[in-house]
Amino acid sequence: MSSQGIDVQYVADLARLRLSADEVATFQKQLSDILGYVDQLQKVDVSSVEAITASAPTSNNLRTDELKPSISAEEALANAPVQSDNLFIVPRMVE
Amino acid sequence: MEYEAVIGLEVHVQLKTNTKMFCGCINKYGGLPNTHVCPICLGMPGVMPTPNHDAVVKTILTGLMLECNIATRCKFDRKNYFYPDMPKNYQISQYDEPLCEGGAVTLNLLAYPKDAQKLETTVVDKKVRLVRIHLEEDVAKSQHDEGQSGVDFNRAGTPLMEIVSEADMRTPEEAFAYLTALKQILIYGNVSDADMEKGQLRCDVNVSVRPKGQEKFGTKCEIKNLNSISAVRRSLKYEIDRQIEVVSEGGTIRQETRRWNDVKGETAVMRIKEQAHDYRYFPEPDLLPLNTSLGLRSEAEVLMPELPSAKKARLATQYGVSEYQASVLSSEVALADYFEKAAEAAKDKGLVANFLLNDYLAINSDLSTIAVPAPWFSELANELTAGKINSKQAKEVFGLMVSDNPGNLTPLEIIKAKGFVQVTDTGALEAWCDQAIANGARSVADYKAGKVAALNALKGQVMKLSKGQANPQTVGEILEQKLKAL
Amino acid sequence: MSMIHFSVTALRKQLAAKEISPVEVVDALLARIEAIDPQVKAYLHVDAAAAREAAKSADVTRPLGGVPIAIKDVLNVKGDPCTCASKILKGYIAPYDATTIGKLRDAGAILLGRTNMDEFAMGSSTENSSWGSTRNPWSLAHIPGGSSGGSAAAVGAHEAFAALGSDTGGSIRQPAALCGCVGLKPTYGRVSRFGLVAFASSLDQIGPFTKTVEDAALLMNVLSGHDPLDNTSSRQQVPDLTARLTGDIKGMKLGVPKEYFIEGIDPQVDAAVKAAIAKYQELGAEIVEISLPHTEHAVAVYYILATAEASANLARFDGVRYGTRAEKPTGVLDMYGRTRAEGFGPEVKRRIILGTYVLSSGYADAYYKHAQKVQELIRQDFHKAFEKVDAILTPTSPTAAFKAGERTASPLQMYLADIFTIAVNLAGVCGISLPCGFTMPEGDTPRLPIGLQIIGPNWGEETILRAGHAYEQSTGWHKELPPI
Repeated sequence: MSSQGIDVQYVADLARLRLSADEVATFQKQLSDILGYVDQLQKVDVSSVEAITASAPTSNNLRTDELKPSISAEEALANAPVQSDNLFIVPRMVE
Repeated sequence: MEYEAVIGLEVHVQLKTNTKMFCGCINKYGGLPNTHVCPICLGMPGVMPTPNHDAVVKTILTGLMLECNIATRCKFDRKNYFYPDMPKNYQISQYDEPLCEGGAVTLNLLAYPKDAQKLETTVVDKKVRLVRIHLEEDVAKSQHDEGQSGVDFNRAGTPLMEIVSEADMRTPEEAFAYLTALKQILIYGNVSDADMEKGQLRCDVNVSVRPKGQEKFGTKCEIKNLNSISAVRRSLKYEIDRQIEVVSEGGTIRQETRRWNDVKGETAVMRIKEQAHDYRYFPEPDLLPLNTSLGLRSEAEVLMPELPSAKKARLATQYGVSEYQASVLSSEVALADYFEKAAEAAKDKGLVANFLLNDYLAINSDLSTIAVPAPWFSELANELTAGKINSKQAKEVFGLMVSDNPGNLTPLEIIKAKGFVQVTDTGALEAWCDQAIANGARSVADYKAGKVAALNALKGQVMKLSKGQANPQTVGEILEQKLKAL
Repeated sequence: MSMIHFSVTALRKQLAAKEISPVEVVDALLARIEAIDPQVKAYLHVDAAAAREAAKSADVTRPLGGVPIAIKDVLNVKGDPCTCASKILKGYIAPYDATTIGKLRDAGAILLGRTNMDEFAMGSSTENSSWGSTRNPWSLAHIPGGSSGGSAAAVGAHEAFAALGSDTGGSIRQPAALCGCVGLKPTYGRVSRFGLVAFASSLDQIGPFTKTVEDAALLMNVLSGHDPLDNTSSRQQVPDLTARLTGDIKGMKLGVPKEYFIEGIDPQVDAAVKAAIAKYQELGAEIVEISLPHTEHAVAVYYILATAEASANLARFDGVRYGTRAEKPTGVLDMYGRTRAEGFGPEVKRRIILGTYVLSSGYADAYYKHAQKVQELIRQDFHKAFEKVDAILTPTSPTAAFKAGERTASPLQMYLADIFTIAVNLAGVCGISLPCGFTMPEGDTPRLPIGLQIIGPNWGEETILRAGHAYEQSTGWHKELPPI
């Protein structure tokens, strides 16, 4: 695991964050520091904790399949930045 | 060189539940845009999902029907990607601990397209193995105008199963049969209506070609926009031909997603701007893992229907119908159920099967419009069996009963109204037979000369004389006696 | 001492006896806010008219009848803005009530206003708010802690009788310590998270800020319990937490983890907490040295797991269904990229990138999965400790409040402010911070509050409240008033 390895621009694209060149440079430095710090974890012996997720829970918490009231289209769209004809409007999706 | 195709399918199935996967909004096709929504399925800030019990049980039931291993423990994960039809920009799905793993879909003969059922290459009862079945939530629907798109979240959050097959299919016909058989099972279990036109069953196809005998897979393409089972077949045929042509001319296949154009009948590369895909799965922290051994599996077991293959075998033995009839009857659970009711009181169950399959379904494509109470089939069949009417009359009664019956008359009432009686009075029959023999010197001579079939001509004469009311079997016996005595 | 300095418990007595009216209480508080909040800046939004209206019909017989309560801007209150101190949620009006808000309404509380915070609860100083930073009521040059700094400052400055906050890595306890009030982080699953805008779902809990430990118990009685809308909320029974605040803690076993008294801790904080430990001994508790060996890794684990979850939780802020959208997007990608670039502040961006990175293909095993395993070791540390002791005593924060602007340049330095609180969230157990002394004034820095953290096992709220109450009653630090 190399803490220098973070490609801020690539990761920001994945996260749909458009960064300025300055931000990329600043974050590159700060995140490398932070990743350098978290590298300490590599020396922790975790062999005693294999598969934390292995055990099955002792109860299930599921919802009965019963209808609950929906909200109106007006309420649903009340916070929409752009709306028209009861739809949330976005720039045209590709294809 | 001879090539073969390698085909795998990813099928998404909307589950038939009252409510959505993670909220109490109605799970219903259509509706005015954004009226089947709430803060939860709109992904408002601060909302949390609560999993639908019935959706979990129906997924387990599907797994049981398809002979999957049902996981004792499973969990939900977040699949991260941005798209305007995704309320949270992550989809709650299952990654490394799905509800069901393994299993198979059996391609029975009738699942194949009609024109392929008799082909030598058709492998009846081939098992297409499944990789897994997992449970997730559906996304919203969008519509596109000039320069903008509109998003309707009514569909967002519908419980969705993803059924992933192994790349076990080799022909478009097998893919067709796989989908047909899978759909049949889903309907059998009342898990989904599986209507492709309504998007309740959606299918992505992966296909590659390789020289026959080669083990290594070729480069695969994914085909999207397949809106019917026949489109899957046609698109595969096109795509396989295309790939073989490329490869046999020394070209290479690029891994890409292609869109099926149903009107043009061809696939074309989808122009999606290439974005890095990295779903960054991690366990959904808002949901606890599930333990299917705490009641969920046993609830699904209770719902387990008699499966098509078992039903077919039972219908054949219990009702004495032919294997083919049993296959057809068991191809649809509604048809089989109707048949069982229709045949219940019949002395000869095979007659009922004949009426239903040969006389009804030959004309009507499905059962959904039949207005005849099922027990009438037995009533009619028993009149025939008892010799009170003959088969020609029975056919006529049947025709009237199902399609021209404004008075909603029972078969017995129709028989009475038509004055159908079968004459079994030997005196009258003998008189007609004598007349036929007298008028049919040629047939008599032929019969005497050893042409047994000539008897039928004489029999036809008698039937004519009796205006169709004579019992053909008795007539045959009388004629034979009389001819021998000549 | 005026009405505004009352504890909730004292206020309730007066209200029930009709010695004062809810309207008078609201008026007094609004006057206090008007007088000092321009300096403290604890509130983002106060709806005075609605509070006065609610006061008129308040039912004082209910558990919190007529008591005004401030709400961190991270909880949905139907019909109110809820910005999480972020530009990206500007203009958003909540279409529903958080479960805890419903519980407060049912208990008769008056929802007074929305308090400032670090954007999306990411920060330890409330300097990451898009709407300006909050200041510490004990020294306006100092930060109130974070991320629930507005709630802590409001209660510390007696601009609120109590407030709700959220705690993912110390966001209730650390600002409570720095502002001289009581703050409780419940056991994970004790209080419903439904309606809390999520930062790190597996760690977040909502909890109260109060002036006394008894008040914290009172609020926890109202907030606790199973919620069918929160799949992770527990069905564990909720005892009456106020009933057992007897002041008697004789024989209680209190653990002191040696790893929490380390180099780097402010000597005055160290001394105050050690004095508190001595006080406990005096009160009849048995002090046991314990070890929580994996504590040193807590911050590292936290900044992997919490940011990973945050990267997904904050994906929904995309300008499609609510909040602000960048002007004239040329396409969907442009809309996402600019909306999020313009809407989020630098700390939120930093954490989204970090969280996205630790989950990304090729890194998830080394970072995310590995950190989950170390988290399990931290959890086991606590479970082993609670086999031996009833509760654990530690400092809440290694230092008292620091000066505004002092640590903003170094994110890592800021992260280390939560070094003593983070492990509690990672283990899922409960913790409370209460005042245990003050620093000596030095130069232009006046005396600043110091907090004692008491950590309890799962569902151990009763124990930590009892221990906290006994200490508080025998010392009286909570009676000190800030200069403002």
